[in-house]
Amino acid sequence: MKSEYILTGGRVIDPYRNIDKEMDIGVKDGKIVEASAIPDAEKIDVSGKVVCPGFIDMHVHLRQPGNTAAETIATGTMAAAAGGFTAVVAMPNTSPAADTAGTIEYIKRHTAQDGVVKVHPCGCMTKGIAGEEMAGIGSLKSAGVVAVSDDGRCIQKHQLMKHIVQYAKAFELPILDHCEEDGIKDKGVMHEGVWSTLLGMQGIPSAAEELIVARNIIMARTIDWKIHLQHISCRESVERVRIAQKRGIQITAEVTPHHLSLTDERIKKFDTNYKMNPPLRSEDDRQALIQGLVDGTITVIATDHAPHTETAKLVEFDYAPFGIIGLETAIPVCLTELYHTKLLSLPDLVSKFTKGPADILGFDQSGLAAGADADITVIDTETEFTVDADKLRSKSRNTPFKGMTFKGKAAATIVDGKIVFNEL
Amino acid sequence: MDNFKWTRKDLLSLYDLEAEEIEHILDTAEEFKKVSQRNVKKVPALRGKTVVNFFVEPSTRTRMSFELAEQRLSADIININANSSSLKKGETLLDTARNIEALQADLIVMRHSAPGAQSLIAKNIRCGVLNAGDGAHSHPTQALLDLFTIREKKGSLKGLKVSIIGDILHSRVARSDVWGLIKLGAEVTFAGPATLVPKEFENIGVRVCHNLKDALVDADVVNLLRIQHERQKRGFFPSTNEYAKFFGLNEASRKYLKPDALVMHPGPINRDVELDSAIADGPQSVILEQVTNGLAVRMAVLFLVSGCVEK
Repeated sequence: MKSEYILTGGRVIDPYRNIDKEMDIGVKDGKIVEASAIPDAEKIDVSGKVVCPGFIDMHVHLRQPGNTAAETIATGTMAAAAGGFTAVVAMPNTSPAADTAGTIEYIKRHTAQDGVVKVHPCGCMTKGIAGEEMAGIGSLKSAGVVAVSDDGRCIQKHQLMKHIVQYAKAFELPILDHCEEDGIKDKGVMHEGVWSTLLGMQGIPSAAEELIVARNIIMARTIDWKIHLQHISCRESVERVRIAQKRGIQITAEVTPHHLSLTDERIKKFDTNYKMNPPLRSEDDRQALIQGLVDGTITVIATDHAPHTETAKLVEFDYAPFGIIGLETAIPVCLTELYHTKLLSLPDLVSKFTKGPADILGFDQSGLAAGADADITVIDTETEFTVDADKLRSKSRNTPFKGMTFKGKAAATIVDGKIVFNEL
Repeated sequence: MDNFKWTRKDLLSLYDLEAEEIEHILDTAEEFKKVSQRNVKKVPALRGKTVVNFFVEPSTRTRMSFELAEQRLSADIININANSSSLKKGETLLDTARNIEALQADLIVMRHSAPGAQSLIAKNIRCGVLNAGDGAHSHPTQALLDLFTIREKKGSLKGLKVSIIGDILHSRVARSDVWGLIKLGAEVTFAGPATLVPKEFENIGVRVCHNLKDALVDADVVNLLRIQHERQKRGFFPSTNEYAKFFGLNEASRKYLKPDALVMHPGPINRDVELDSAIADGPQSVILEQVTNGLAVRMAVLFLVSGCVEK
């Protein structure tokens, strides 16, 4: 592997420094350097491509430890690299759950051995994600977690949630919350709306999300700490976040590529690859999510990459697990749905994958400045990409985008100067 | 009979069918109805074919009707129910179905509590699949026998006003009837407590009301659905007494009914809850004729789909 090279002729978009211009980027010994400092280095032509700081997916399930039939740190980070991500935040609902320093150490050790991109572990808020007792948040911080979350579940006991937000604040750990009120969700399996009514399936009302979004806004305001709302899915959530942000409350939100591009109507053939939680909602919700991205209410796009084996998914819709994979389709879907439609400029779109998550997680803000880690995502915005499920790097195949064609994809992924994915 | 050519190996939902396919089933059922009126109630239409009745959710009436229909068509029959199936041992539904397929069965008649379970099977195996009820989603042969009965009594569905009253939310009968009725030109009203009659049905052109009188006046056909006590426990309505008072067809509410309106019920009836005995057994009731017609309709669909299953 070459230790120094120059990416030449690309359009550099660096949201951390508000840069959008054609320039060369030098890489030496894993760091960004001025191209002029290494005049003799190999040139890699990236003209016509877009060169960005490394994309971060702050919502990924790597399934290790516990469900390595569906994904491993090795395959999940390979998928991340192929999707253009240089770093992922690993959700803690593994088996065992990442609620102790020991499990975090395990994840870090396996990342060091097998990881293709950077893995930032997220710790649990409660022991075993059971929603009953606070996890050892201080010890998790010492072990290296970048945030805490009970993702996949939602703490229903508001007093406990309040204590966790207070406690995590003192350790400067952001809260990432899966917003869902269990009582009103009940046994719902898809969005409650026209399609659940027609299909005779129990719905998950938007109110299940909205109730906890409202609770979290109250917590963030009264405790004055950062609560990030994971994968919001409905209009009401966007509107509440918008109002809260205007009042200066430390509330942020992410949206997934699938909620931006698909609606509940897809479920009419009972394909379990359209079953995830929160569910695909209505066209009106989808439009509201896009509007939230456009006006800056939503600052992050994250995939909620949730691998499940074919055996687990090829069952009755009611019994299938929630979740779909997303790492390798995120950039194609978002370029197609947001950039080529002219809803978002390229710098704004890139920001949702870079500065957006970095701001929340307190990550380095140097971008592609000299001296920064050479974590770089190179995008080809024009190449057509058809999703061939059999060619995905993820160990699982549960994508709703199978067979669909998108415009644009990751062309190269560079982590600490090492080109870990290369289609240049 | 018309020249229409049936092409489906499965019958999953009336949502999938064109109006002329529905009419074709009803026409075919008319022919098969005659079989049951003969001295020898048997024809060789399915001789040498194997039909598996796979009931993952219990059923008495539908299963009895299907079984008899299969016997009258001379099919070989196997019955599997949830208690005896390997599903109890952790086998997936699809694996169980693949085992049935490997036995060279031709048709699977299946009931399951999960919406879409039959679609999963139909997509993945060669056998024809007949949906005998999938959760609250669909029960196409019930809808077909309802359509058959209405057509037989009224001549045509076109322009008829049909009111379906009761627990629409949990009803696969309502969700099946509605597509058949709309496709054949009837006007549909859903009525019952606001908790059990989702307004979302207005999106497909159904009139939704929560007042029994509005549902009864002008109705040419009234279809009462069974109300389950379990729904009361889950807070959908306060008591069966209150349900009967506001939404039951009884002495008080029957005055709104047109004299020639048909009274239907998919059974089993909660007598004196959704429907008073006097009306259930009265001259406007076609409830037992529905049962008779169910047999003819099931013979028709078994016959039609069996012709489209690959050898």
